[in-house]
Amino acid sequence: MDTKQQQPSKQTPFRFFATRTGIITAGALIGLIACFLALAGNPVNMGICVACFIRDIAGSLGLHRAAPVQYLRPEIPAFVLGSFLAALTFGEFKARGGSSPVIRFVLGAFAMIGALVFLGCPWRAILRLAGGDLNAIAGIAGLAAGIGIGVLFLKNGYSLGRSHAFKKPVGLAAPVIMAGLLVAAIAKPAFLFTSTQGPGSMRAALLISIGAGLVIGWVAQRSRYCTMGAFRDLFLMRDWHLMSGVMAFFAVVLVFNIFRGAFTGAFAAQSIAHSQHLWNVLGMVLAGLAFALGGGCPGRQVFLSGEGDSDAFIFFAGMLTGAALAHNFGLTSTSDALKEGILTVGGPATNGMIAVGIGLVICLIIGFSMRERWK
Amino acid sequence: MKHIDTRGLSCPEPAVKARRAASELSTGDHLEILVDTGAARDNVLRTVNSLGFEAEATEYEGGFRLIVTKK
Repeated sequence: MDTKQQQPSKQTPFRFFATRTGIITAGALIGLIACFLALAGNPVNMGICVACFIRDIAGSLGLHRAAPVQYLRPEIPAFVLGSFLAALTFGEFKARGGSSPVIRFVLGAFAMIGALVFLGCPWRAILRLAGGDLNAIAGIAGLAAGIGIGVLFLKNGYSLGRSHAFKKPVGLAAPVIMAGLLVAAIAKPAFLFTSTQGPGSMRAALLISIGAGLVIGWVAQRSRYCTMGAFRDLFLMRDWHLMSGVMAFFAVVLVFNIFRGAFTGAFAAQSIAHSQHLWNVLGMVLAGLAFALGGGCPGRQVFLSGEGDSDAFIFFAGMLTGAALAHNFGLTSTSDALKEGILTVGGPATNGMIAVGIGLVICLIIGFSMRERWK
Repeated sequence: MKHIDTRGLSCPEPAVKARRAASELSTGDHLEILVDTGAARDNVLRTVNSLGFEAEATEYEGGFRLIVTKK
């Protein structure tokens, strides 16, 4: 207790984004920016999709060769740098890591595979539903179920263990690498792959993407916005704080789409989506479980990377690898297609179905084996 | 005073441990909780406040020290 008494005691100041009004403001602002990015050129119902954008980056770097999904999306590095700047400004940058990084890498890879079977991360699931893509109901149900399973593990002592403080370069790795990617996005060197058709060819202007990404990164770092955390906290502690931010996000996008007449309200042939309900559910059960066990949705992992959390950056590396594997091994779903009045239902191929099954088994093994009492 | 050290633990573990420890407090008891990030501080404060406890956070050893009191 002596050391404690020697410490200067400083009361922490009022924090707007820690309040209920703050998280609602953050959710609404992120939703508004997502609408704006879609208007500015990003794909429909994909103003922001952290999983899809990481997949596009993997393609741009040549980690996979799926021609329609290759673009060095500037939003992702801007998210990290926005979060980094906010963390520096408010004294929250802290180099840390060492909490089961290999497990986090595996969880990141399977989270991405699950998301690419559904065709979207939790943010995009909300955007799709708010745009009238009713397949998102199955995805969100799956997400909630996956997180619910994760909550059961948390209640039974699941933990990836303590992280430790590291020297600054460990925490700076993510912002520096992302700054390098942002320079590459601006300079457009010839070795980058860039889609000329498909979702990767649909993009907002560079400066708009960067500006939007920096603002979101800043706001999300301050507010701790996390879609997975919203469900987890609700199930685990009946805490509506984060969920109120997610609801604000949904409400803003819904109103925006209704106002523009862009709300479709259908299952078949939605933009970059498929209507195989079972696989929409199961893909997101896998993603939700992996996010819950990994401590955050893709967005939160990206924002944590910016504030020096190297474990979150390892999860990001797992997602990048998972995206590459998913496309190289044919694990991703195809979209529904409507041609001359004939609907071709998309969905995952057999490889994707097997990958979801393997992912679920591995996540369950991680959930059971990483409980504290098993030490 | 009871004491729990949640430094280094990922969310939601600090809040879960805080909730468990706070629920065992008797009237007038104090609970000291150490956290190492702003996110953990905010989560723990919100959790214990929602349970009706008073809580105060101060900076401590590069992280935060929270004192939770049951009135």
